[in-house]
Amino acid sequence: MSSVTERSSAKERRSARDARIIARDAKRKLQPGDFSGGIYPPHNKAQSTAEPIGQIPLAEDLIVPLHQHIGASAIPLVKLGQRVLKGEKIAEADGLISCPVHAPGSGKVIAIEPQPVAHPSGMLADCIVIRTDVEQRWCTLNPCTDFRSLETDQLLEKIRDCGIAGLGGAGFPSAVKLAPRGNWSIDTLIINGSECEPYISADDMLMRERAEEIVAGVEILAHLLDEPDNVLIGIEDNKPEAIATMRKAVHGTRFNVVSFATKYPSGGEKQLIQILTKREVPNSGLPANVGVVCQNVGTAYAVYRAVVFGEPLVSRVTTVVGEALQQQRNVELPIGTPVAHVLDCHGVERKQLQRVVIGGPMMGYSIDNESVPVIKTTNCILAPTWHELPPAPPAQDCIRCGLCAEVCPVSLLPQQLYWYARADEREKLQAYNLFDCIECGACSYVCPSSIPLVQYYRASKGAIRLAEEEKEKSDRARERFEYRKLRLAKAEQAKEVKRQARKRAAEIARQQNQQNTAPQNGSAAAEQERDVVAAALARVKARQASPEQQLARLQRTLTSAEHRFERIQKKLTEATASQQAQLRAQLKEAQVKLQEARDKHKQMKEQQADEEQ
Amino acid sequence: MSLMRVSSPHTRSGLGTSQVMLQVVAATVPGILALVLYFGIGVLINLALCIATALVSEAAVMKLRRRPVLFYLKDASALLTAVLLGVSLPPYCAWWLPVVGSVVAIVLAKQLYGGMGHNVFNPAMVGYVVLLISFPVDMTRWVGPTDVLHGVADIDEAFSMVFGHMSVDGFTRATPLEIVRNHESTLLAQLYEAEPVFATGGLAGSGWEMVNFGFLLGGLFLLYRRLITWHAPVAMLVTLTILSLVFYDSGSSLSKGSPILHLFSGATMLGAFFIVTDPVSGATSNKGRFIFGAGVGLLTFVIRAWGNYPDAVAFAVLLMNFAAPFIDNYTLPRTYGHKAPRRATDLEER
Ligand code: SF4
Ligand code: SF4
Repeated sequence: MSSVTERSSAKERRSARDARIIARDAKRKLQPGDFSGGIYPPHNKAQSTAEPIGQIPLAEDLIVPLHQHIGASAIPLVKLGQRVLKGEKIAEADGLISCPVHAPGSGKVIAIEPQPVAHPSGMLADCIVIRTDVEQRWCTLNPCTDFRSLETDQLLEKIRDCGIAGLGGAGFPSAVKLAPRGNWSIDTLIINGSECEPYISADDMLMRERAEEIVAGVEILAHLLDEPDNVLIGIEDNKPEAIATMRKAVHGTRFNVVSFATKYPSGGEKQLIQILTKREVPNSGLPANVGVVCQNVGTAYAVYRAVVFGEPLVSRVTTVVGEALQQQRNVELPIGTPVAHVLDCHGVERKQLQRVVIGGPMMGYSIDNESVPVIKTTNCILAPTWHELPPAPPAQDCIRCGLCAEVCPVSLLPQQLYWYARADEREKLQAYNLFDCIECGACSYVCPSSIPLVQYYRASKGAIRLAEEEKEKSDRARERFEYRKLRLAKAEQAKEVKRQARKRAAEIARQQNQQNTAPQNGSAAAEQERDVVAAALARVKARQASPEQQLARLQRTLTSAEHRFERIQKKLTEATASQQAQLRAQLKEAQVKLQEARDKHKQMKEQQADEEQ
Repeated sequence: MSLMRVSSPHTRSGLGTSQVMLQVVAATVPGILALVLYFGIGVLINLALCIATALVSEAAVMKLRRRPVLFYLKDASALLTAVLLGVSLPPYCAWWLPVVGSVVAIVLAKQLYGGMGHNVFNPAMVGYVVLLISFPVDMTRWVGPTDVLHGVADIDEAFSMVFGHMSVDGFTRATPLEIVRNHESTLLAQLYEAEPVFATGGLAGSGWEMVNFGFLLGGLFLLYRRLITWHAPVAMLVTLTILSLVFYDSGSSLSKGSPILHLFSGATMLGAFFIVTDPVSGATSNKGRFIFGAGVGLLTFVIRAWGNYPDAVAFAVLLMNFAAPFIDNYTLPRTYGHKAPRRATDLEER
C-alpha cells in the first residue's frame, strides 16, 4: 500500500518539477548560449583548405545506392541496359519519408544489384550501376527564375523531386523537414555551417566559394518556412574566411551570420540550437517543438540549385584528406563515385594507408572495402597514415576519473553507462538515458584508459532495440496465433453450417423428386421440411450477416491502420535515436494490425466470392 | 592491404591513465619535500617501503589473477596509493608498519574488490586506518619538526629506529592538533606561547603548516592541469573553515582551534587535494563531489573536535565512501532535453 502512495507522490513531484521548468523555459528569450561539456581536438582543417574546390575525372562506373537518406529505399525506375542521361531520375521515392535518386552521369545501366556500400556494418545494399559515357549529356532541366511565384507545395515538390536530403551527415529528406507543421510555429531557421568535426572542410570551402548561392538557398528555405523571425547562420570561429564571405553575402538581407567559439560537437543539431538560441529540444521531441528548423549550408546550396536550375542532387563537395594522400583538398564528386577512384586521383600511398574513414575522425566509420561509393551524406573521406591516427592502445580499467562526464555534451554519465553496459543491465542503462547519447565520441576521446565507450553504447543500444523488437514480435506472434486459431474455428463453423445447408437442400431435392414420383405421398411433411430448411438458411445468412456491412467496416479498419502505419513511419524517421526504439515498437504494432486488417479483408472478400458462387 | 575496421572516434587526446597517475604523484612532491625538510629522512624510508611493498603486492595479485603484470603495473595506480599512504605514516615508525599498511591497501582494499576502479574505499586510507586501529601507539608517535628538536635524526639513527634497534621516543612530540585537542582550561594564546611547536612556527604549528602548504601547491597544480575538479576540495575546506570559525570561540579555553590551525595542520591539504578527489571511491558528478567534499569536511571537524583520534581525515573519507553511491543516486545531472534530472526514486519507478 505504502509503496503505491510513495510512487504516485514521486510521480507528482516529478511532474511538478517538470511544470516549473517548462514555465521557466517559456519565459526565456532567444539568446546565444553554450552547451555543457565538449572537447577541443586539433582542428586539422588547414590541410584541405589550401586549394579551391576541385574536380576529378569521372569514374568509369558510378555506383548509385538506392538508400542514401533516412527513410525507405527508393524504387528503381530504370531497366538493365537502359541508357540514362545525367540528372535523369533513376529511382522514385517510396512513400513520404524517402528520396528519389538521379543519375549522376549519363551512360548505360549495367547492373541493379546489391553492392558494398558505405555503412558502419560493411553491408551490401541495392545499387544502380551506371557505366558512364563520354558525352555526359544532361537531361532537360526545369529551371525557375522566380521561386516566389511558386506555391509552397510546388516548391516542396521540387525539392523533393530533386532528391535533396540533408547533406550534413544524417541525410534526412529535406522536403519533409521543411513541410509546414500544423501545431508548431517556426520562429527560427538555423543554417548549420558549424562543421565542428576535425579534418572536414567541405562546408567551409563551400561557404568561401559559393556564399551567394548559399544565401539564395537560405532565402528559399526562409520563404518556405513562412519567413521566420530569426534566420541564423552559425559558423564556428575557426573559419574566419567563411565567416567573412558569408557576412558579405548576407549584407542587405535580414539574415545573421553568428560565429561562436570552436568546440566539438557544436555542429550537432541539438547543440547548435542550444548555442544559438539557448533552447533545448525536448528529449522526446523535434527541433520544431521549440520553433526551430535546422538545415546544413550544403543543403541550402543544393536547394538553391534544385529550385532555380531544376538541378537534382547528383554531386556534392567532399573533403579528401589524410597524410596517406599526396593531394589533400575538397572536390566536387558525382554521387556514386567509388572511394577507391577518389583516393587514386589524389595519389594515395596504399602502403601507408591504415584505414579509410568515411566522415570525420570523431563520428566517421571506417570501411574495409574501398569500392564503396560516395553518397549524398559523404562529407569527408579520410585516409590517415598509421602515425596520423594511431590505433587506440589497449583499454585499461576505468579509473572513474569523470573526464568523460565533464565533456559529454548531453550531460550523461558515460562512466556509469559503461559500467552498466558491461554488466548488461539494460534497465539501468535506460534509466541513465543511454538513448540520449548522440554518439559524438567526446567521452572516448578524453578517456585516459582509452576505453572504447561509444562502441559499448552502440552495442547496448542495438541489443536493447533488438530485445524490444523480439519481445514485440513474440507478443505479436502469440496474439496472431490465438487469432488464427479463432479464425480457423470460425471458418470451420461456417463451413459446417454450409455443409449442413447443402445436405438439407439435397435432401429436399431428393424428397421433391420422390414427391414428383409419388405426389400424394406426405407433401405436408415435405412442406414442413422446406420451411425448416429455409429458416436455417436464413439463420446462417443472418449470422454471416450483411457482408457488405462487414466489408465496409473492414475497409475502414484497413484504411485507418494504413494511416497509422504511415504516420508512425514518418515519425520514426524524424525521431531521435532515443525515441526510435519506442516508435519502432509502435510501428511494428501498426504493421501487424495492418496485416491483420488486410488478412481479414481478403478473407472476407473470398468468403463473399464463395457465397456468390 | 587490409584496412582496419574500428569504431569511432578514431582519435584521442594524448592523456593516458598512467600519465594521469604519474602527474598526481608528481604533484605530491612539494608536500614530500616539506615533510623531509621538517621531519627528516624517515619520510623517505616510509615512502620507499610503501612503494616497494605495494608494487610487489600488485604484481603478485596480478600474477595470481593471471593478468599481464607489466600492463597493470604500468598504470601507476599502485604507486600513487603507496605514495599517499607513505606520506601519512609517522616517520621513523617500525618497518613493518608501511609494509603491512601497503599490503592491506593493495590486496585488501583494492584487489579483493576487483582491482582498479572497483574499490569502494580509498585504498591508502584503508591501509592507514587499519594500522591506526591495530597499532594505535606506534601510529601516533610523530617526531617533532626540526626546529623544535634542533635537528633531525641522521641516517644511522633513522635506520636503527625503523628496524627496531632504537626507540623513537626520544624524538616524538605531540602534534599541533593533539596539543589543541588536549589543552585544558588554557587560552589558545597562552598555549601558542607555551608550546614550542607553535612558538617556532607560524599559526598552525612549525613544519605542519609548510607540509600543508606543499600539498596545497600540488593541489593547485592538479587543478591547473584539470586532473581534478575544484568541487570536492573547495567544499571540504570551506566546511572545515566554517565549522572551526563557529567553534573557535575566540580562542577561549573551550576553543576547538582556529580555522588556520584546521586548514594547515594534520592531513587537511593532503586530504583535500589528494584523497577526497579520488574519483574511484568518491562521488561521480560535480554536484555529488561537492556534497562528498562537504561531508568529509564536516566529519573531519567533528572527529577532530569531539572524537578520540587526533586526526580525522582518513576516517571522514572512509565514512563518506560509504555514502558515495547514495550521493550519486541523488545527484544525477540533468540530461539534455530532459526537463528535470532523474532521482533515485524515479529510477525505481521504471
Ligand atoms: S574517462 Fe574513462 S577512465 Fe575516466 S571515468 Fe570515464 S570511462 Fe572511466
Ligand atoms: S558519445 Fe554519448 S556519452 Fe559519450 S560524450 Fe557523446 S553523448 Fe556523451
